[in-house]
Amino acid sequence: MSLLEVVSLSKEFGGLKAVQDVGFAVEAGVVHSVIGPNGAGKTTLFNLITGVYTPTQGEIRLDGVDVAGRRPDQLAALGVARTFQNLQICMNMDACENVMVGAHLRLDRNVIRAALRWPGLVRRDRELREEAEALMAFVGLGDHVHARADGLSYGILKRLEIARALAARPRILFLDEPAAGLNPRETIEVGELVRRIAADGVTVVLVEHDMKMVMSLSDRILVMDYGRKLVEGTPDEVRRHPDVVAAYLGKHA
Amino acid sequence: MLAQLLQFSFSGLTVGATYALAALGFTLIYNASHVINFAQGEFIMIGGMLAVFLVGLGVPLPFAIVLAVAVAALVGVLMEKLAIEPVGRGDTLALVIVTIGVSLVLRGAVQVWLGKGSHALPSFSGDAPILIGGAALMPQSLWVLATSAAVVVALAWFFERTLAGKAMLATAINRTAAELVGIDTDRVLRVSFALSAALGALGGILITPITLTSFDVGIMLGLKGFAAAVVGGLGSGLGAIVGGLLVGLIEAFCAGWLSSSYKDAVPFVLILFILFFLPSGLFGPKTTERV
Amino acid sequence: MTNRITSLVGLAIVTAVVAIIPFVAPNSFYLDLAIRTGINAVVVLGLNLLIGFAGQISLGHAGFIGLGAFASAVLPTHFGWHPLAAMAAGSLAAGALAAVVARPIFRLRGHYLAMATLGLGIIVNIVLRNEAQWTGGPDGMPVPAMTLFGIDVVSDRQWYWIVGALLLVSIWASLNLIDSPFGRAMRALHGSEVAARVVGVDVTRYKVAVFVMSAMFAGLMGSVTAHYVGFVSPALADFGHSVELLTMVVVGGMASVFGSVVGAVLLTALPQLLATLEGWETVAYGAVLVLCMIFLPKGLVPTLAARFERRRR
Repeated sequence: MSLLEVVSLSKEFGGLKAVQDVGFAVEAGVVHSVIGPNGAGKTTLFNLITGVYTPTQGEIRLDGVDVAGRRPDQLAALGVARTFQNLQICMNMDACENVMVGAHLRLDRNVIRAALRWPGLVRRDRELREEAEALMAFVGLGDHVHARADGLSYGILKRLEIARALAARPRILFLDEPAAGLNPRETIEVGELVRRIAADGVTVVLVEHDMKMVMSLSDRILVMDYGRKLVEGTPDEVRRHPDVVAAYLGKHA
Repeated sequence: MLAQLLQFSFSGLTVGATYALAALGFTLIYNASHVINFAQGEFIMIGGMLAVFLVGLGVPLPFAIVLAVAVAALVGVLMEKLAIEPVGRGDTLALVIVTIGVSLVLRGAVQVWLGKGSHALPSFSGDAPILIGGAALMPQSLWVLATSAAVVVALAWFFERTLAGKAMLATAINRTAAELVGIDTDRVLRVSFALSAALGALGGILITPITLTSFDVGIMLGLKGFAAAVVGGLGSGLGAIVGGLLVGLIEAFCAGWLSSSYKDAVPFVLILFILFFLPSGLFGPKTTERV
Repeated sequence: MTNRITSLVGLAIVTAVVAIIPFVAPNSFYLDLAIRTGINAVVVLGLNLLIGFAGQISLGHAGFIGLGAFASAVLPTHFGWHPLAAMAAGSLAAGALAAVVARPIFRLRGHYLAMATLGLGIIVNIVLRNEAQWTGGPDGMPVPAMTLFGIDVVSDRQWYWIVGALLLVSIWASLNLIDSPFGRAMRALHGSEVAARVVGVDVTRYKVAVFVMSAMFAGLMGSVTAHYVGFVSPALADFGHSVELLTMVVVGGMASVFGSVVGAVLLTALPQLLATLEGWETVAYGAVLVLCMIFLPKGLVPTLAARFERRRR
């Protein structure tokens, strides 16, 4: 059984069909990329699978169980984590706290014990801070552990989001254009980071425009165009597929 | 029975028209800036109080009315210039707080200047009631309804036929796009404040011969106008008018049939009811989720 | 960790001030002012959790205060309840009312809570004014004395220590809460709601929880006010009172625990200075709100703290 299986998924916004009848499967332990021109529906697809949008139609199976329509927090409990194309960082918190909040579901969230500074809760929180600092080092932000989030650069915040998502210890991680807006050196670093995340056994679903990165990282690639699935296959298959060539070079077959 | 029904409807529509004008004021500013202007009620108060003050000085009533409305509009512009603009866009919460601050300043200033007493204005054309189906309709009510109707028609013309009105509509729909085609959205905001202050003041003047005025009437009138805007659907002009009349009518019938002491609670129960069951109001835009 | 140290230093300073005031206050006027400041500070702490930390605005907190205050007046007077039981009932009623309203409201996006709480506060006020046979109507009613362990708590000194202790505990608990998993989730949903949701925060539940908590704080302190003053009137539940509390949050500093205390101190004292100038008091309040939003949008304490930090570097 696949870890994630999407069956004829559709989403309409008042008549506009953003995603139409898309189906694909992601096996555990792979890097599965989603590519396509701007407006192809990649981010909408992510928003559907992670529960931010409710699908108009279709199924989203996680370990064979249909989870379509569940809330993002419920999906997080099932091991789904993600980052955002447009940064979603909590600027009212410091960098390390942003990572710590990623571990929300693994913690004692009781309000009364929190107000009373319950020893067990405080101890666990201290451990978590160390864990978060280690995660920040893992994504290459070891120097920014004590920084305020609103003082950090774009490239750093992109990686901070990845650290936050990892703090949840997800089974499947959705990265929405992690290299967008980064300079070439940062892009290479992020590609390296994705490789290390995958090597740790986390299944990665990646939306990205940087073709070099996609082709070198991906086990499988889903190509979307106008909200539909165009092609799906290995990087080699996709690269050679005439429809993909047409879509990317603007030729009409 | 019929007489009673008519009687309640007359009084409900009369105050309802005032609420509708206030609600239109809320709507104008909300559309231009997404700010809920909690100082709207003070414009109503300023209109009534200024008219009373000017008439007391011996100014003929028509001039007093025009002057009071003009001063209120000026206060609206000053408010936008001195308090709203410096805070800047973006932070809606801060802007809402600023409007609350301005309302306190205006209310306190009028209290210091004109005192705490209640004041009346003479009816515009006598107090001889017109009898319709056994119910008495005061001539002042006709003034309120006719003037409000005229204002609504004028506003509709303004928004549909003039460039300034269209610029305001464009800003309401998408401010960034409006700015890109060269609309000065700061000016739109100033005009919105001037217009909504004028609308509020006019309502305040019209209703004063019926309900009296004092420095603190703005709180309740403003909040009721706000309730009317919420009931109609924040941002909708038609909603503001229907919401205002509806709030006025329900209030009048509640006062007549249930309990006059609880009539002031009606708009606020309506707010809760609307938010629970019909969050975009009767005519409000249905918003779609976006990330 | 440096945060924790700053917090503890702050708490120590407040403790010292609370301990010293009764010995240096020249007369009962100042003690009374201190007690009312303390009461306001606790309410503002709760309100700041909601507004500053969770980013949800309430314009009806005076309604919850009124509920708590009148529970302490009505239940012992008309039904013979023990004052402590009445106090608990008032706080719970405020919380329950908040929960009932909050559930449907928080499913909506935007500042709908402001509208709903505004309506709620005014309805509570109107009910208190109209049910004269129970509440004394617009004139209000006397409140029976609080008895703790068989002792009547009546003197200002007794109330001073009670309010002082409540204040210190509230500060300590708020500091703890903010720096905990619950607190981080609460702040995260303010910073980015969608980010909070995807890491597993059930945002509706958290907003409801914070709102209910702050309503219970307000109810409890309404009850304390009632017993301390010995008299309640519906003015406690006025919209104007809600605005005063909001002003304290804004002036002291949103999302700042010590800012809440500073805001309460400044704005409880301000009307005393202006009391002789009728009307100007309102003007001053309004001007403070506007000027603060223009020149100190983050509030007094966070602005000063940031300036201090910059100088240290």
